[in-house]
Amino acid sequence: MAKKVARAPLDYLNMPAMKAWLAGVFVFLYTPLIILILFSFNDSKANVVWKGFTLKWYVKAFENTQLREALLNSLLIAGVCTIISVVLGALMAFAFWRFKFPFKGPLESGMSLPIVVPEICFGVAVLMFFAKIGFPNDLPYPFNLTQIILAHVTFAFPFVAIVVRARLESFNSELEAAALDLGATRYQAFRDVIIPHMKPGLIAGGLLAFTLSLDDFVITFFASGPGTITFPVKVYSMVRFSVTPEVNAASTIIILITVIATVLALRAQSATTKES
Amino acid sequence: MSDRDTIIRVEEVTKRYGKVTAVDRVTLEIPRGEFFALLGPSGCGKTTLLRMLAGFEMPSEGKIFIDGVDMSTIPPNKRPVNMVFQSYAVFPHMTVFENVAYGLKFDNVAKADQYGRVMAALADVKLDHLAERKPDQMSGGQRQRVALARALVKKPKVLLLDEPLSALDAKLREAMRFELAELQDKVGITFVMVTHDQDEALAMAGRCAVMDRGKLMQTATPSNLYEFPANKFVADFIGSVNLFEGTLEVDEPDHAIVQSEELGGRIFFDHGVSGAGGEKMWVGIRPEKIELLKREEGSTPPTPEDAPSGCNVTAGIVRQISYLGSESIYEIDLINGRRMQVSRPNLSRWDQEDFTWDDEVWLRWHGDSPVLLQS
Repeated sequence: MAKKVARAPLDYLNMPAMKAWLAGVFVFLYTPLIILILFSFNDSKANVVWKGFTLKWYVKAFENTQLREALLNSLLIAGVCTIISVVLGALMAFAFWRFKFPFKGPLESGMSLPIVVPEICFGVAVLMFFAKIGFPNDLPYPFNLTQIILAHVTFAFPFVAIVVRARLESFNSELEAAALDLGATRYQAFRDVIIPHMKPGLIAGGLLAFTLSLDDFVITFFASGPGTITFPVKVYSMVRFSVTPEVNAASTIIILITVIATVLALRAQSATTKES
Repeated sequence: MSDRDTIIRVEEVTKRYGKVTAVDRVTLEIPRGEFFALLGPSGCGKTTLLRMLAGFEMPSEGKIFIDGVDMSTIPPNKRPVNMVFQSYAVFPHMTVFENVAYGLKFDNVAKADQYGRVMAALADVKLDHLAERKPDQMSGGQRQRVALARALVKKPKVLLLDEPLSALDAKLREAMRFELAELQDKVGITFVMVTHDQDEALAMAGRCAVMDRGKLMQTATPSNLYEFPANKFVADFIGSVNLFEGTLEVDEPDHAIVQSEELGGRIFFDHGVSGAGGEKMWVGIRPEKIELLKREEGSTPPTPEDAPSGCNVTAGIVRQISYLGSESIYEIDLINGRRMQVSRPNLSRWDQEDFTWDDEVWLRWHGDSPVLLQS
């Protein structure tokens, strides 16, 4: 008979009930995704029964010019939005971390306003804003994406700022003093010591901005001009008729892109955090 | 222009933060090549003074000269001083080599010479075999060496050390004391160290400045600080001391006597003191300068040969004993209830058995042992 080992009070993972609960959580979280991916390989037009393996939906998705265009737009928007958000967010985080100025408290709380404001309100606000200033609606590609990019940056960069701000809290200010002491100017110290410390925050924040932009629907819907379409908006319009496995295939590709981006970002982050 | 051999001159420097005065009119001269310690309890202003030397803080009043040059308008990156920080502040994203080479970039050192200078500095701190390591693969002691090499490679006129040993464990700390002193001898650069640990300061520094609440209390060699403290604070801060309040009764060129109610008797000095008679003063006696003798019922006090009868002998009872191996510390209650500390070296292997709890003892000391303190 196996010897029964007493469970330590905090050793929760040794409880069968706890294991079952944990498994249940994972099932709940991932079943929809797994079904989505599985049915993208299903050789049937109806998304209900498994009829056999096929890649034809992927081919079909690729041959859909509109879908391809929408995906390209989305990636372009997300890329540009990430770069701008990281720069703006990092500068804002640095300013709040380093300087003391009047109304700093209210301003710092205001930083998270775009995060808490309901997306629908934000979308309407963006729409009204662009209409009010008479933003040109007929710019040639890729400048017709400017409105969407601006709208995305507005809600994405506070996320970057919050992540980078948290990262800066763990900065040992003696590192900066050491750089100054060794002959660096303030700018050189910022470049050589503070930015390397911020790096994991920049990566995590950038990843956040990228995924937020890539899958945003509501705000994009309001901000996009007549001729521009992004991936989520396109998928939405396709689903309105019927959920074809083609949508599954396209979604699987997006999931793949985000997973790869996350893995790369996490690896870059663990490489830099190990140093500090 | 100051004296050629003075590397640092601090003139009437005051530093205020709002209403708090962190450093209060400190004047100080440090000769070239000295190992100097700024010593004091936390919050005494020693670190603020060090940061003003480095240029991270600017004096509210007064001036600092380094090698004769007024530092009032010179930022940290232009000062001929380098610092070893308390946290070592080794750059985590750079290798040891890159850390040490970092400061040379700003000195217009040719790339070809950089390698040699970095490796020489690393050899000075015995780290040349770890040049390619990253700091997270090193122990605290090794990181400190990186910080030392990184500062010394710049060949500063003064090396500033902020609590250099506080983060090391006890054994390493002791080894590092000798090593730092040796390193200073070897490179010949003036070292200015901040520490709250008096043992550290006494062991390493050629001279120490003791600070308290922003004020400079005394600047002297370690032995002078210990044997000739300038005031109560220094006497109490450096080592242990038994302090008694009293009034000066006799003050002749060759002897003096203080009457102390606290001790319950008179204290004899075999030398003259310069003080006003009748004034309140303090007498300090170090625990190791007091002799413990067994006291039998009805025995007479064993007066020291040099002191008049009734002086420098007092009766007590052993209350506490701390056995520390090389010595034992005895806490003794005097007849009037005052507690006194006596330490006694364990010269033979059975010495600690001479006295035990509740033993009745005489405490005796010579006329040259106590010090008279006016403030």
